[in-house]
Amino acid sequence: MSDDKQAWPSKSDWQREYDATRLRDVPFETMSGVPVDPVYGDAPLPGQYPFTRGLHAAGYRSRLWTMRMFAGFGTAEDTNARFKEILRNGGTGLSTAFDMPTLMGYDSDSPWALGEVGRAGVAVDTLRDMEDLYADIDLGTVSTSMTINGPAAALLAMYIAVGEQGGVAKADLAGTIQNDILKEYQAQKEYIYPPRPSMRIVTDMIRYTSAEMPKWHPVSISGYHIREAGSTAGQELAFTLANGFAYVEAALAEGQDVNQFGRRLSFFFNAHSDFFEEIGKFRAARRIWARWMKERYGATDERAMMCRFHTQTAGVSLTAQQPENNIARVAIQALSAALGGTQSLHTDSFDEALALPTEKAARIALRTQQVVAHETGVTNVADPLGGAPYVEWMTDEMERQAEAVFAHLDELGNGSILEGVYAGIDNGYFVGEIADASYRFEREINNDQRIIVGVNEFTDGNEDGETNLLRIDHSVEELQRKRLEAVKQERDSAAVEASLAAIRTAAADPTVNLMPPIIDAVKTYATEEEISNAMRDVFGTYVEQAIV
Amino acid sequence: MAIESTDTEQPTIRVVLAKLGLDGHDRGIKVVARILRDAGMEVIYLGLRQTTASIVAAAEEEDADAIGLSMHNAGHLALAPSMLAALDDADLDIPLIIGGIIPEADIPVLEDAGVAAILGPGAPAEEVVAAVRGAVAARA
Repeated sequence: MSDDKQAWPSKSDWQREYDATRLRDVPFETMSGVPVDPVYGDAPLPGQYPFTRGLHAAGYRSRLWTMRMFAGFGTAEDTNARFKEILRNGGTGLSTAFDMPTLMGYDSDSPWALGEVGRAGVAVDTLRDMEDLYADIDLGTVSTSMTINGPAAALLAMYIAVGEQGGVAKADLAGTIQNDILKEYQAQKEYIYPPRPSMRIVTDMIRYTSAEMPKWHPVSISGYHIREAGSTAGQELAFTLANGFAYVEAALAEGQDVNQFGRRLSFFFNAHSDFFEEIGKFRAARRIWARWMKERYGATDERAMMCRFHTQTAGVSLTAQQPENNIARVAIQALSAALGGTQSLHTDSFDEALALPTEKAARIALRTQQVVAHETGVTNVADPLGGAPYVEWMTDEMERQAEAVFAHLDELGNGSILEGVYAGIDNGYFVGEIADASYRFEREINNDQRIIVGVNEFTDGNEDGETNLLRIDHSVEELQRKRLEAVKQERDSAAVEASLAAIRTAAADPTVNLMPPIIDAVKTYATEEEISNAMRDVFGTYVEQAIV
Repeated sequence: MAIESTDTEQPTIRVVLAKLGLDGHDRGIKVVARILRDAGMEVIYLGLRQTTASIVAAAEEEDADAIGLSMHNAGHLALAPSMLAALDDADLDIPLIIGGIIPEADIPVLEDAGVAAILGPGAPAEEVVAAVRGAVAARA
């Protein structure tokens, strides 16, 4: 794509924007007292199209990234206690992990739920669980992220209902729901319905939140899981942005305004261990997104061209061997995210290759990013590595790799990235590419071409014995089933049935937005599985072909 | 999937791999599938969202010498015993190998329950191959 250099604003434009920004009340100087400029180099500067150097003129001088720690386990009450602990410790946003049955649209009493209730996240069956999950937390002041995709509409509906109960209007709710269904077929595999009806749910949610919930991000387009499934950095970047283009094309196709919904899209990337490759990836993501939104999709509002992203350190990089070494890995990965200009960050706990994190391990992880934010000085200067030849080369290289994938998908879809992505899901392109990359990496470790400390080298200390691990009580499953049973006894079952019938009717008519009937249903305490089944009846379910 | 003629000599080890239940983490099991295939074994990967019944059926149909399940969601203490019970009910004497995120404290519990081998994250290829060969040899 063309660079259109003359449209780029000047350093004095940047200065005006910087001067108008409210800064944090800290001295912007080195530890030794040397004052430093807010940015170095020439236009385009941070806050200027195509945003390679960052979204805001003042970088982290105005606001640090949000320290958003992902948590969820056991019952809603258990997770509620962990949330309060995070907020007490200086965390500034909540992020909710749900258990597998919840993620797949099954209730805790489903045969599929055996052994999975409350294990890898919190169990949410009905609005009652959601009420307990956010009890005594002011949803009007906290921003919340919910990591859920297939049944995202039901969970968003429950969040809206909990907000209303606490006197917070949906227009004032701030947060993000992951709702990135395309990457489920490519990497994470937590899908329910086939791709096309799933996309209809996503576009319904984008339309609903654009109109009713101005502070809500209706989709977080996620490379994280693509990377965790074994992709390269370039594939993570390319597949994620291609999925983003697909959502944009789907929303445009039904007449939505790119300048309106474009402002609410957000992204989620992985921070892995190759320091400069990661930084190049983050910088390239902003540049590519801005150019495509402007040049291909016709956005004219700069806010609709901005690639805002959350970052999480790479769970897949954590080793079960000498787990304490993971603290060092996480610190380096967190630093790359900060130098890459992330808007929010989750740092993994060192014990996550062994189990869900203990409270202490989660605290160390939060402290790690606090050290990066407050002690290293990297927040004083926006895009401090910008202009370095290697960093600029790597940024270009990441962009080149991504553009090659876009060209392939564009061709596959006859000029539509959306159709190209559907085709790539159908023909196994994404899963095949990821599996190949993952196997290549594992072989390099096996052949000792690549050293992983504690795994194939430096293994003294591997026999040190296990650290303290979080154990989830086996009684959680039984307890949650009893809670669900109690809710089912209390509710008005005629109202539930009527609300589910309304969802079926809406699902069968693509011109109707699914959100309002789903909100009505959760308020009757219809379960997540019942709501999902109403849509399964109409949309069918997706089964992946097993390819190795 | 083609059903091979049931050759009693079984020159190559036949392994059924699957993800039991809802857990969708399939990076590890796909790598394991290729490792075993590279080591000369016949690998039948059933994919995601399998049930104990679908795994038993495949093991019978494919005349499997071993079954490998991958578990990353901390459901192993419930899922592994349910798989063993299903094998028992079907009268199948096939070793069950579990890979994934298994805390050390749970290893003896699973072994006592009858799991033939347990492979943790980052287990090298030789260890994976040796675990399958060893488990099969022990039942022969």
